[in-house]
Amino acid sequence: MAVSKLVLAATSTKSCKVLLGLRVLAFSATLSAAIVMGLNKETKTFVVGNVGNTPVKATFTAKFQHTPAFVFFVVANAMVSFHNMLMIAVHLFGGEMEFTSFRLLSVAILDMLNVTLISAAANAAAFISEVGKNGNKHARWDKICDRFATYCDHGAGALIAAFAGVVLMLIISAISISRLAQPNKCSSSTAAAPSVLP
Amino acid sequence: MAKLTKRIGALVLRLAAFGAALAALIVMVTSRERASFFAVSLEAKYTDMAAFKYFVIANAVVSVYSFLVLFLPKESLLWKFVVVLDLVMTMLLTSSISAALAVAQVGKKGNANAGWLPICGQVPKFCDQVTGALIAGFVALVLYVLLLLYSLHSVVDPFLLQKS
Repeated sequence: MAVSKLVLAATSTKSCKVLLGLRVLAFSATLSAAIVMGLNKETKTFVVGNVGNTPVKATFTAKFQHTPAFVFFVVANAMVSFHNMLMIAVHLFGGEMEFTSFRLLSVAILDMLNVTLISAAANAAAFISEVGKNGNKHARWDKICDRFATYCDHGAGALIAAFAGVVLMLIISAISISRLAQPNKCSSSTAAAPSVLP
Repeated sequence: MAKLTKRIGALVLRLAAFGAALAALIVMVTSRERASFFAVSLEAKYTDMAAFKYFVIANAVVSVYSFLVLFLPKESLLWKFVVVLDLVMTMLLTSSISAALAVAQVGKKGNANAGWLPICGQVPKFCDQVTGALIAGFVALVLYVLLLLYSLHSVVDPFLLQKS
């Protein structure tokens, strides 16, 4: 009973606006995560030794390209934000396209694939950042966040945005799947396609 | 008749996914190696890395869930819930494999820019077992994606073959 009420609520026209709003939020979250991590770079000079009385300085850079997990993070977030942009465009401008069940199915499947993609990317970056922040005594890996604090802060911001994107994509995917049960056109122009009541 | 074969196919898929997740869990938990060089003896266990602990926990959750769904009766109303839970389990699987793979890649190749040395040279058997666990986890993931598509098809009837 509750499930059919939920499905009915998911296919009314008000839920179309909710879906659009969620997609806009997910698009902005994943895009900002990709941009913040993509521009993440910090250069610092350290004193590595002393030759006589003069200190010897060396310059080190921390870039996101050094870690494959962060490269995957940037690419995956860019792909998911592109998917959301495409879905928003289809939603707003695709009203004239034939509204078949194939369209709903492809939207649902694409949403599911993108949910898995962004959850994988966010988690990989999160665990690598955890190693970078706390180090690992057993493997003798030093932490890097005490030396490159700004790099770590920007990375943390990108991670938070990506996890917000994960939650949003999960909700969007659930709504898309429930729209498969009762296809309902989202355009407000005509009172067309009355939904089939269970 | 076709429905029965489809149901049996789905049950076989779920049993295979349960087996793969359980195998990944067991192989990761039993991966342990003790190596000594100079006067230092180090032991590599799966609890050393947070990502491997998460992998074990995620695969345990997926195994228990698959085992419970195997016994769900055919006409239960919970099948609609199974669709969403399958999606959540697929997300758990991808995230755990991705995290474990990211950390294992650093363990195998190291990260020259951060000064992290690879550890697979000292504990090759541990690395091999972790690789095996990751492969089993990947098989479980593929099976779960197929299961998700099947549950979507059977519960929601996306092609509207049944006029209600």
